Amino acid sequence: MRHRKAGFKLGRNPASRRALLRGLVTSVIEQERVITTVTKAKAAKPLVDKMITLAKRGTLHARRQAAAFLQTPGAVRKLFDKLGPRFMPRNGGYTRVVRLGWRRGDGAEQAMLELVGSELVKRAAERRRRREERLKAMREGREPEESEKN
Amino acid sequence: MANPKRRHSQRRTNNRRAHDALRAAGLTECPNCHEPKLPHRVCPHCGTYKGREVIEVEEE
Repeated sequence: MRHRKAGFKLGRNPASRRALLRGLVTSVIEQERVITTVTKAKAAKPLVDKMITLAKRGTLHARRQAAAFLQTPGAVRKLFDKLGPRFMPRNGGYTRVVRLGWRRGDGAEQAMLELVGSELVKRAAERRRRREERLKAMREGREPEESEKN
Repeated sequence: MANPKRRHSQRRTNNRRAHDALRAAGLTECPNCHEPKLPHRVCPHCGTYKGREVIEVEEE
């Protein structure tokens, strides 16, 4: 029985679940917001909050604990240099999950997991332009030249 | 092995299912664009939620 065993299993074994969540948490810290399924957002949210708590502590030990979980050194730097000070006046509730509706294809409900107080960066137009360029290149039979990753 | 003693009538089946009807989802009006939207979700028409949460929506 799984009585009182809290948490989300996400249909994965422990290792791939941990890898998935580490990736999500790293992305949230680097990008401020991430779109994923509601369940994955809810699973990652407490972990992001814990990382910010570590950042607010700010000790060398806390930094090493965060570095042991996050997947890029850049995320650790941003966490301790930017997010720690930014969330100093706030006691918990550093992140927010907003439901977005259902994904085409498999009908999974999507959500946005974001750091409270982050602004929306308008990128949709730019992304669409790049996608069209890529499609055009493919139609003309050339190899799409690899522009900078989004 | 346990087996049914009597025939299960259509009526019994239908009566059981009398309470199984689906109900349409409640819709609310988006305070920003006044389109109908699902409660507790970002408005798919204008991309706002609670006044400011914005997801980019194609305007045309």
